[in-house]
Amino acid sequence: MTTFLGLPTAPPGVGHLSSGRPFPAAARTALADNQLRSNLGHATSTIRTKRARAVAEVPDWPQLRAAGAAIKDDVLANLDRYLVQLEEQVTARGGTVHWARDAAEANEIVTRLVQASGAREVVKVKSMATQEIGLNEALSAAGIAAWETDLAELIVQLGRDSPSHILVPAIHQNRTEIRDIFVREMAAAGRPAPDGLTDEPAALAEAARLHLREKFLSAQVAISGANFAVAESGTLAVVESEGNGRMCLTLPRTLITVMGIEKLVPAWRDLEVFLQLLPRSSTAERMNPYTSMWTGVTPGDGPSEFHLVLLDNGRTATLADPEGRSALRCIRCSACLNVCPVYERTGGHAYGSVYPGPIGAVLSPQLTGVDANKSLPYASSLCGACYDACPVAIDIPTMLVHLRERVVDSGRGRAVPSPERVAMAAAAWTMRKPSRWRRILRLGRWGRPLVRRRALPPPLTAWTAARDVPMPPKQTFRDWWTERA
Amino acid sequence: MKVALFITCLVDGLFPDVGKATVTLLERLGHRVEVPLDQTCCGQMHLNTGYTREARPMVRGFAGTFAGYDAIVAPSGSCVGSVRHQHPAVARRMRDDALARQVDDVSGRVYELSEYLVDVLGVEDVGARYPHRVTYHPTCHSLRLLRVDDKPLRLLRNVRGLDLLELPDADQCCGFGGTFALKNADVSAAMLADKMTNVLRTDAEVVTAGDSSCLMHIGGGLSRLRSGVRPVHLAEILAAT
Repeated sequence: MTTFLGLPTAPPGVGHLSSGRPFPAAARTALADNQLRSNLGHATSTIRTKRARAVAEVPDWPQLRAAGAAIKDDVLANLDRYLVQLEEQVTARGGTVHWARDAAEANEIVTRLVQASGAREVVKVKSMATQEIGLNEALSAAGIAAWETDLAELIVQLGRDSPSHILVPAIHQNRTEIRDIFVREMAAAGRPAPDGLTDEPAALAEAARLHLREKFLSAQVAISGANFAVAESGTLAVVESEGNGRMCLTLPRTLITVMGIEKLVPAWRDLEVFLQLLPRSSTAERMNPYTSMWTGVTPGDGPSEFHLVLLDNGRTATLADPEGRSALRCIRCSACLNVCPVYERTGGHAYGSVYPGPIGAVLSPQLTGVDANKSLPYASSLCGACYDACPVAIDIPTMLVHLRERVVDSGRGRAVPSPERVAMAAAAWTMRKPSRWRRILRLGRWGRPLVRRRALPPPLTAWTAARDVPMPPKQTFRDWWTERA
Repeated sequence: MKVALFITCLVDGLFPDVGKATVTLLERLGHRVEVPLDQTCCGQMHLNTGYTREARPMVRGFAGTFAGYDAIVAPSGSCVGSVRHQHPAVARRMRDDALARQVDDVSGRVYELSEYLVDVLGVEDVGARYPHRVTYHPTCHSLRLLRVDDKPLRLLRNVRGLDLLELPDADQCCGFGGTFALKNADVSAAMLADKMTNVLRTDAEVVTAGDSSCLMHIGGGLSRLRSGVRPVHLAEILAAT
């Protein structure tokens, strides 16, 4: 059964869901960077070990995981109802709800709201949704400076770089590289780095604190994402470690939140499940340091104006695929990135999307449509570590295989089929008839001289670049078996 | 009990010794093994690369070939994983109820070698002797798809003369991944490099696993390094006396 929900995939050319560069080529660049591989290997193995410990100490983790999956599935199955309920609740409590079908529309809405406030500068809470739509670039084009206030996002922004991890955007950099960026770039963005700044973590944090404090105290508008929105009460929630998010959410006069439509939970009590699943899976903490929640506006306390922008940008298109929709359960914890052997070696930039790693390999192609991200479903050895780590039980390996099928099917009917397609068709034709297969198997013997002389043709050269080929046997198993009988 | 050997296309064509060892082992344990010669390939490579349509006849062929057996044993975790976890879904989407029932029925009786020995036969000591230093790599599909857990290790611990050496970061993928090794050859090689480093750290003479495919990849890398460490399938060790 196909369900048509009306809205198209994310538009090309807006935001950061696809770089256009195939994963294998981008991965090759990343693999050549020894510093990157060392930074990543160190960081991911540390987080991996800590996460395993934080998860192991919860006796009912499997049940929590099942509950997380079930709550999100309920949200996805009844999204229409919950979204309208959320809009009613937010509106009743003094907020304004905006609906954005895609990145371009969301950027327009936010730009218009900031312009109406008269501000030329905004502070930002770390947010994947605004990275996804390229909001900073859109604001900049309108002459509005958007300052990231999450420490790692600040590093990435000052370094004119892009995030390479969902939770640890600057995971690809070590502290010496970070110090150099602060010394070089902070002055142009506001308060300069202190003289004689070292690469001690405490000194780097202090430099960021001084730099950001000025921004917090002068900003009139803040922009955030949301980890969760409670449909029954209209409450938004942001989960963070630094407290910089809390500064943005409470100090400026106007707060604009951009949220993917799948971030809903039906009821307040559902947060109990996710506030356990999320910190343990992401930062390996029992509880994250700052959980900020707000419901509409409260006179005399916090922002006096609150706007909620609900973003589709390919989400309903994802929802329409029964085999792919559970990717929308994702709570952006990045546990799958940290356990992924591919991510560990390539880093996030190779994926060309703000959503890297295993979840990115299933989410990005669905949000953009598979044609704009053809190589991502293949960026996995299907080892299954991601599925085991996922706190909402997204079966990423099965979904990757499904998306590969969509990629293959979208290329059917071309006048000139690819060599891979021809090879696959030939192999399938051979396997259909046992007698044919037996004869083809025997041909392996004729490959013996080629293997001996290491003269195999492409695509096997991709194999022989790093590995030897086994010598084909003189007799196949089935010939041995027949002879024996 | 009527036991069929699901030989797998890779073992049939490239690693016949693994098949012979599986036969030797099962016969030594008192089984009469049958090898239905109508079998070709389970279609895992096609399925995992996105060629589901091409794989459909293989799914149908597999179920038809193995329908009459009480147990179907294969020396491969990933092929068994494909039959058990992918074939039923493919058959259901073909909208052929009779086939779907047959596939469900057959796929429930397919076992990876260590599962068959430990779970079905209840044997952990197969009477093997293999006086070598061995390290074991748990392949991803045996580990995370079939959940064979420590069954292969229990079998290895009972092999006489065998010195079992623990592989560091054993549960990390070796980087094979079927067509992944060709389509993302550089990442695959980077993963292989780390796996080989860990194998070499154990000072083993032999690296073993339950999948010839992963062993072909790891062994191919070790051979390129002229490391002297040999890849040997679990079945060959268990068959040795």
